[in-house]
Amino acid sequence: MPPDSPTPPQIPGEATSSRLLLAEPLVLQSGVTLPGVTVAYQTYGTLNAERSNCVLVCHALTGDQYVAGVHPVTGKAGWWSDLVGPGKIIDTDRFFVVCSNVLGGCMGSTGPKDLNHATGKPWGVHFPVITIPDMVQAQAKLLDHLGVGQLFCVIGGSMGAMQVLEWTHRYPERVFAAVPIAGSYRHSAQNIAFHEVGRQAIMADPDWCQGAYLDAGKIPKRGLAVARMAAHITYLSETALHRKFGRRLQDREALTYGFDADFQVESYLRHQGYTFTDRFDANSYLYITRAMDYFDLAEENNGVLAEAFTGTRVRFCLISFSSDWLFPTIESRTIVRALNAVAANVSFVEVISDKGHDAFLLDEPEFHQTLQGFIDGAAGFRGLTPRRPS
Amino acid sequence: MTAPRIRVDLQQVADLVPPGSRVLDVGCGDGTLLAYLTAFKKVDGRGLELSMAKVRAAVSQGLPVIQGNLESDLKDYPAGAFDYAILSQTLQATHKPAAVVDELLRIARRAIVSFPNFAHWRVRMSVMFGGRMPVTPTLTDSWFDTPNIHLCTILDFIDLCRTMGVRIENSFALDGAGRQREFAATDRIANLLSEQALFVLARD
Repeated sequence: MPPDSPTPPQIPGEATSSRLLLAEPLVLQSGVTLPGVTVAYQTYGTLNAERSNCVLVCHALTGDQYVAGVHPVTGKAGWWSDLVGPGKIIDTDRFFVVCSNVLGGCMGSTGPKDLNHATGKPWGVHFPVITIPDMVQAQAKLLDHLGVGQLFCVIGGSMGAMQVLEWTHRYPERVFAAVPIAGSYRHSAQNIAFHEVGRQAIMADPDWCQGAYLDAGKIPKRGLAVARMAAHITYLSETALHRKFGRRLQDREALTYGFDADFQVESYLRHQGYTFTDRFDANSYLYITRAMDYFDLAEENNGVLAEAFTGTRVRFCLISFSSDWLFPTIESRTIVRALNAVAANVSFVEVISDKGHDAFLLDEPEFHQTLQGFIDGAAGFRGLTPRRPS
Repeated sequence: MTAPRIRVDLQQVADLVPPGSRVLDVGCGDGTLLAYLTAFKKVDGRGLELSMAKVRAAVSQGLPVIQGNLESDLKDYPAGAFDYAILSQTLQATHKPAAVVDELLRIARRAIVSFPNFAHWRVRMSVMFGGRMPVTPTLTDSWFDTPNIHLCTILDFIDLCRTMGVRIENSFALDGAGRQREFAATDRIANLLSEQALFVLARD
């Protein structure tokens, strides 16, 4: 097969996810009605008789529903398998854990690569623009289907944190505890700018074909890879990059005086970019980054963030990382201030780490210790089974 | 469940808080008092603490504590959000103690405030006969590295309350360990004999 031939648009592994076809069309924030919406999801653990032990995990931009166990596409451990599993912090022996692929995603939930039944072709850029509230609405319908009324906890990092905040705003009575990690109540100008770089990289790839690449039998791999490379830098910190690569050369003794990947960091980024194209759909990337850009919980509430949380009874725990420059601590602190303004129950910790935004996915003992304390404490208040002493 | 013993000065404060109150512990440290109040007085408690390490320790116990600076962050809370605001041994380290007392009584119906008494006889002796800034069991830091930038005496504090129109509902003279003495802090003798003082304040 020539290297440029398209990979099949259907990503393997979808078959192993449960799928729910929503009975009703979804009315999106834009006003568009989207029929035939599928939500692909994974569950771990068992819902208790009181239906009070459900933890909803919200994934980030390029995450998916395979939060624990082994990922069927990559063969690697689930993206949060450090945290989610039997005896772990999000203990699947005690909690019923649900994670669904976001609306607009490419791992089984309805997104731009799916067939638009009206035209018989993939949606492409004719897919309606979706928002964080739309994603949350789809999750709420999934939980209705699973028989979960109130979540014990909704938790997520980065874009997942946006969904967590939207949950506490939109469905406060359905959330007992909420943990937005390394997130914000709105995308900053800088964040929008980085996303725009990524989108323009995809659109500049001739194989993007004005969004109709699946029809054309092509995949805009180069554009998507560049988008991923640029984004990947924002997930790390200068310190972490330098520690990992410094100015070391890649498999060579000297500079080549050319544009090969002389430096290890170049080689690393190229690898990150290209492996990403095997598991992610370029149009999904456009739509999901747009959803993040549009999110502004203050704007939705007369410009006053605190109004998003008026009267809330949710127990919040905000966690940020000191070297995260994509969603810096000040963003979490602004949310904490808004929550204080409505006298909400809130914990807030900044974890000292030099690993940048990605720290929320990594083994950070202080982070895990904080999260463990909060979740066990909240579980106690909710009357759930205490953790087995390890 | 029998309540365990906590540090005597914290116990003193804990005993003043009625069960089920809404409490903000300002400068809550690692959350020892808050944990006690939550477990044994069933309070709806929150904490504010400057040191991130202590905040982590508190949140790791499941306590709702945030990192923040009391002089800039109390203003975020709405008026009357709490029944009690507790400020233990911290007032003298603030830049604007009067403004802090004002804020405590805005966000809570009552404030429980404790501080070291700079008119205790040992302090007076140290200045009078030693000719030096006092280093005592209660004031342990040398002048050049003490966080206590606004030390006051019990009489000073009572004057401040009067000026601000703050009502002293209750007061206790405490010894160096925080144990309650046999007289109130508002007794004239307390200014000389008590190493610390604890006040329950309210606004008329």
